[in-house]
Amino acid sequence: MASLPGVGKKTALRLVLHLLKREEEEVDRFSRAFTKLKSEIKACDTCHNLSDHPTCEICSNPGRNQQTVCVVEGIRELMAIEATDQYRGSYHVLGGVISPMDGVGPSDLTIEGLLDRVRKGEVNEVIFAMSTTMEGETTAFYLYKKLASFDVQVTAIARGVAVGDELQYADEITLARSIQQRLPYENTTKKG
Amino acid sequence: MILQSLSLVNFRNYEEASLEFSPEVNCLVGDNGAGKTTILDAIYYLSFCKSYFNAIDSQNIRYDQGFFLIQGAILKNEETDKLHCGVKTGQKKQFRRNDKEYGRLADHIGKYPSVILTPNDIDLIKEGSEVRRKFMDGIISQYNKPYLEKLMEYNRALSQRNNLLRYFSENRTFDEESLEIWDEKLIELGSFIYEARKAFVETFIPGFNGLHAEVAGGAEQVSLAYETQLDTKGMAELLKGARTKDRQLRRTTCGVHKDDLNFLISDHAIRRFGSQGQQKTYLISLRLAQFEFVEKATGVKPMLLLDDIFDKIDDKRVAALMRLVSDHRFGQIFITDTSGDRIPALFREIGADLKVFNVEQGSVQLQEEVADGQEK
Repeated sequence: MASLPGVGKKTALRLVLHLLKREEEEVDRFSRAFTKLKSEIKACDTCHNLSDHPTCEICSNPGRNQQTVCVVEGIRELMAIEATDQYRGSYHVLGGVISPMDGVGPSDLTIEGLLDRVRKGEVNEVIFAMSTTMEGETTAFYLYKKLASFDVQVTAIARGVAVGDELQYADEITLARSIQQRLPYENTTKKG
Repeated sequence: MILQSLSLVNFRNYEEASLEFSPEVNCLVGDNGAGKTTILDAIYYLSFCKSYFNAIDSQNIRYDQGFFLIQGAILKNEETDKLHCGVKTGQKKQFRRNDKEYGRLADHIGKYPSVILTPNDIDLIKEGSEVRRKFMDGIISQYNKPYLEKLMEYNRALSQRNNLLRYFSENRTFDEESLEIWDEKLIELGSFIYEARKAFVETFIPGFNGLHAEVAGGAEQVSLAYETQLDTKGMAELLKGARTKDRQLRRTTCGVHKDDLNFLISDHAIRRFGSQGQQKTYLISLRLAQFEFVEKATGVKPMLLLDDIFDKIDDKRVAALMRLVSDHRFGQIFITDTSGDRIPALFREIGADLKVFNVEQGSVQLQEEVADGQEK
């Protein structure tokens, strides 16, 4: 138990003692769920989202725009965007960002898969939604160069002052960027 | 900006001490190991939230004690601010201004600036280029807000690129596109850093030359030069030209991380051609020029901390220096010396408002005016 992230020795002990107190059947169900977790949940063939089918629910949903692809680093980022309930397109999960320091190069990510999707002409817009770290930006730049030869629109999510923040407390780098990349006012009042 | 008072508890060799300062000149006199420099370092703490000499906070706690405290009252913009710095073993450093804790220490640094001159400054001449880049970067980041951020990003991109070069060589592969994305970052950031450093050196030189002439009485001709590969070619061209070499050596061989400052005396390197006294004079002038720069950038006169600066320079220069620093241009001064009356006598001659403190085994005594009279 203590090998799990965020779980220390004391928490592990508490969890184990708790499981011992439960009914045998309940614990059985619990452990079956764990086994299934590994054997049944795979990555979607298209976007590498988690799925128990070869194609995930988002990629196979006819109600979603499959021509728009939002590129994210990982599953958690995908879930964060899904939670907003504002995006009706599809995704592409990279599985990380390029960082030679951590031994991650382009071939360790699902970049070829994304290019394949674009090559097949299935995509007309690619949205970059990587973190604003140097590695996230560099990965976006790499993809941008790779996508340049295709007839596809490349966009990036807006960045700037957080909604509901008071300007005086915004950090200087974010604020500087917001000023540099300001928008026509009518674009800022658009919803959804 | 005036430091009115300072009190220490368990800081290095001080069990307890409290001092009331003169707004002009404060001399700390005592033998080796008495604790003169410790007072300067405590003032440095109030400016930079850390020690100049020992970066590990807990090592500045008095032997066998569990905590230290430094408190000061600083007059700035006609208001007295109370600064409080406390370090307890095993706990986060506490730094408060007017009883309010800072969220980030970075918010404090720069508000109450100080410039320190110590014998360690000789490293600027003797050591490698890194020390001199740090000197430049330290001053530039005080007035150029994005500079430090970009510098850190540059170093990160550099390290990423070097890792990639090492990876290529270890796995006998090469991928131009993977390398180019880091080149792109280095070009953008490196060019920014180059421009900032160039502009800095250009504005720094006249002030430095002027101050040096005053201290040395114009006895020697000195100069300062920014040495950089970017002077002849742009960052993009440099990286392209060095690509084969970079791949062989598995690291990035050109860019602003190779920059240097050349310290010259009569057009020769002062490291090799300057005497010890000339080197010291050069360093003093550098720090004083830094002072004027910081003052311009922050709008307040920093506290000037002079540690043992009389070693190796002749009496004429000492006198010129003392005249210079007491000339109100340099605000409040804190100065240490081992010999009892050399500095006090000089300042008395100049007529500066002076306080002399006798430092002895971790205790500080204000020297009585009566004693002053006897010396004359």
